[in-house]
Amino acid sequence: MRPVQASDALLEIDGLTTHFFTREGTVRAVDGVSLTVPAGKTVCVVGESGCGKSVTARSVLGLVDEPGRVVAGEIWWRRDGQAPVDLARYGPKSEEMRRVRGGEISMVFQEPMASLSPMYTVGAQLVEAIRLHMPLDREQARERAADLLRRVGIPRPEERLDAYSFQLSGGMCQRVMIAIALAAGPALLIADEPTTALDVTTQARIIDLIHELQAETGMSVLFITHDLGVVAEIADEVVVMYLGTVVERGGVDEIFHDPKHPYTRALLGSIPRMGAGTGQRLATIRGNVPHPSDRPSGCPFHPRCGDAVAGLCDRSDPPDVRVGPGRTARCVLHENADLIGDDGQLGAEEVQR
Amino acid sequence: MTMPILDVRDLKVHFPVKAGFIGRTVGHVRAVDGVDLTIQPGETLGLVGESGCGKTTLGRSISRIIKPSTGMIGYRGTDGTVTDLAALRERELRPFQRQIRVVFQDPFSSLNPRMTLRQIVGEPLRANGIATGSELEDRVADMLARVGLSPKYMDRYPHAFSGGERQRVNIARALILGPRLVIADEPVSALDVSVRAQILNLLRDLQEEFSLTFLFVSHDLSVVESVCDRVAVMYLGKIVELAETAELYASPRHPYTEALLSAVPRPDPRLRDVGRRVRLTDDLPDPSNPPAGCYFHTRCPYAVAGVCDVSGQGPVLDGIGPGHHAACLRSDELSLAGVASELA
Repeated sequence: MRPVQASDALLEIDGLTTHFFTREGTVRAVDGVSLTVPAGKTVCVVGESGCGKSVTARSVLGLVDEPGRVVAGEIWWRRDGQAPVDLARYGPKSEEMRRVRGGEISMVFQEPMASLSPMYTVGAQLVEAIRLHMPLDREQARERAADLLRRVGIPRPEERLDAYSFQLSGGMCQRVMIAIALAAGPALLIADEPTTALDVTTQARIIDLIHELQAETGMSVLFITHDLGVVAEIADEVVVMYLGTVVERGGVDEIFHDPKHPYTRALLGSIPRMGAGTGQRLATIRGNVPHPSDRPSGCPFHPRCGDAVAGLCDRSDPPDVRVGPGRTARCVLHENADLIGDDGQLGAEEVQR
Repeated sequence: MTMPILDVRDLKVHFPVKAGFIGRTVGHVRAVDGVDLTIQPGETLGLVGESGCGKTTLGRSISRIIKPSTGMIGYRGTDGTVTDLAALRERELRPFQRQIRVVFQDPFSSLNPRMTLRQIVGEPLRANGIATGSELEDRVADMLARVGLSPKYMDRYPHAFSGGERQRVNIARALILGPRLVIADEPVSALDVSVRAQILNLLRDLQEEFSLTFLFVSHDLSVVESVCDRVAVMYLGKIVELAETAELYASPRHPYTEALLSAVPRPDPRLRDVGRRVRLTDDLPDPSNPPAGCYFHTRCPYAVAGVCDVSGQGPVLDGIGPGHHAACLRSDELSLAGVASELA
């Protein structure tokens, strides 16, 4: 077993590979993903549908549905002051995993209405989550539940404890979901597209809430989204994924103002910018996102890439190149960048090429 | 000034709320509650608002998928005659349904999985008795090519296509009858970012080629800015502001528009704390029991008690500048922030 480097990383995913064994063949949903979540930071995983961002998040907590399975890779989880443990070695239903899931790492899902049970009151679901991880009796748990609802900005929490999910709006349900996720004071919150189903006005307030809670508790956040606008609002670090692989990693400012990978650049070019005026013609990426079951050989992005080199990009897997401190790009364009050093100077030239 | 292709006056769509064993009507959801709107030929008019504001219902009642409760939908034909679509019966509507077509939101549920592309795109031609046999086939092939799909896929079923390709099929189906007005209801909301730009550019090219007029319904303000000439903002069944796109984004005159603009996440981390932040409370009021006075006063940061919440004295959509209309009782006193031009 490889010793984990002395770092402040709370979560370190190394070479995670999750495959789905379907009747039509193996779908390589996540294919060698490495990323780290430092303590107290927000890391955004961004990508289009089918890029494996949700499956990556679910793999961390052993929530991958059949016929999917984590087939390789390590997920190092570093508890406060304790030796790191490899979550990938825990069985999805093991006692250890159940203690981590919801207790140390908790998750918020995309569809707030569908994630809450319509058969139980909001309070019952909150109390259940609290008592699973904390030695409290029913009364104390209910008090804590009301506290949690107040903290996530729900007015009159004592009354809302007795409400059912269908009596609340989408934004309120997502606040309840966040309250449940916070029940045991987790060190890491995984948020899988938590605002996608919500209106912009509600989305803005949920993002504010996650920001505030993070400042208050010091927890780390792994935020999964497809919306680059949301990434720019919330991320400290960004991981860009395409078809099961990480194509680029870096700080949020670097990713938006000095993107290295052709996919990141194309993605940023194809979103309309507010204030740019009407009638702007958008840059497009040719073709469609291929289905993960029929992935192109070589670099997965090469059929859509404007910089693809014939005979190279379509044959061999691109190298994962270090293009700066804490930055990587998985592209042959930057193959020689690591020879120059960490100042990233060559990177700038490469972009212009 | 050119005559509008569509002139909507005081349009209302009310859905009954039924309750109890015998289904007695206990109230009405006022999905569209007195909308006035004109659309000029060749323009793209954006219609934005939160979910539940009635924007989809308005689009659907203009295309007469839904029959409006009261009001007028004046449609000007190619010969200059104006017809009130709201008053027509099913059979009389037929010729107009050829001229007003809809592109639906979800490319996965709006195509019949048991029909081939030839059947899906050719169906309107067949149903209207315009073409059959090889002529139908030629026209379908031609239309598919126009929207960027190879005609050789004509005999395949929708499941074989990605979301972006299906939306192209949807557009081909809407355009095959040669419509003049197209109602695009969230045409890119279900698509991936990299595919969304392709479809938006395609819509723009087709608009030029066929001189189409668009009513573009969307909740995404950045997309609306990039494609629309004018924008109408809707709240709880009413239009609260209407202006040219650049004007509306730069200097909104309704607090709701300001809040919407301020809530859109901007794809630039350097703008994170730049500009005014307006945050609204989550809850949209119940549209079957709207608040007294200005419908927006319950969430409005500028609402004044005794002014904005007086029953029977709600604001009306007033002209406050050239082509700029807003429905706010305090729009003269307020100075609202728009979207500043972003850093390069």
